[in-house]
Amino acid sequence: MNESFPGPQAGPVTGHVPVLRLGEVLLVTLQGDLHDSTAQQLQQDLAETISRTGTTGVITGVIIDISGVEIVDSFLGRVLAEIAGQTELLAARSVVVGMRPAVAITLVELGLTLPGVHTALSTEVAMDLLTRHAPSSRFGGLRQESP
Amino acid sequence: MHTAAGAQARLPIRSDMDLVWVRQHVRQAAAQLGFGLVDQTKLVTAASELARNTLVYGGGGSMETEPVSEAGVQGLRLTFSDEGPGIADLEQALSDGFTSGGGLGMGLGGARRLVHDFAIESSPGAGTTVRVTSWVGRAPRPREES
Repeated sequence: MNESFPGPQAGPVTGHVPVLRLGEVLLVTLQGDLHDSTAQQLQQDLAETISRTGTTGVITGVIIDISGVEIVDSFLGRVLAEIAGQTELLAARSVVVGMRPAVAITLVELGLTLPGVHTALSTEVAMDLLTRHAPSSRFGGLRQESP
Repeated sequence: MHTAAGAQARLPIRSDMDLVWVRQHVRQAAAQLGFGLVDQTKLVTAASELARNTLVYGGGGSMETEPVSEAGVQGLRLTFSDEGPGIADLEQALSDGFTSGGGLGMGLGGARRLVHDFAIESSPGAGTTVRVTSWVGRAPRPREES
């Protein structure tokens, strides 16, 4: 078999996605094309990190920055929705940040609107939201803060 | 207009690593043919859904990409084929929310909404072939309420 098989432009993300801790908030930055197993691994890592923090202080929020993600298909969409759900069960909130316009347009057309997933346009807005000690109910104030 | 030679290829779909190559190849081919950013994103997302179906339900297979042109308009055609168990009820498989494999049930129906032309051939025991085409600069497929 002599198939033309062009190589990748940038290496896909495999293994673990780094989870950064900023006080009470975990920050995850997704970059490039994500391997399915990497997304699932992240889901597990986040749940374990949140539940393991009893001695070192409590995690109250998770920010997932997807500004570097070129497509969200139904698999990654489901992973994001599941992360939001499990985070809530572990008494923390999660915000998906920086979705590209083309990704948002495509997701709606695909039929996936990710109910239950909180969103913000920037990491700053999400951070502000998660570290406020009297949080507005269900992020009601979030949309108004966006430009 | 020249034909983008790199747009013609056949890629195996055997593991979830191959899904990454499929997405990158479709992105590159669509960009080469002059698709805008939103249309590239839609086509790559459709390809990702269909490639995952090929892998998960078809037990693996391949994707062929082929640049096409019609009345001076460039397009990109993607053909996904597998030799898996096939689909007994196509109408049910295309309806939103239907899933036999733990997904969201958006794969086939969702992919169909993201492309201009969509054709599927499948029968039990004979595998499945899905052929989709999108055209540069053409308006999106009209919404059908089902």
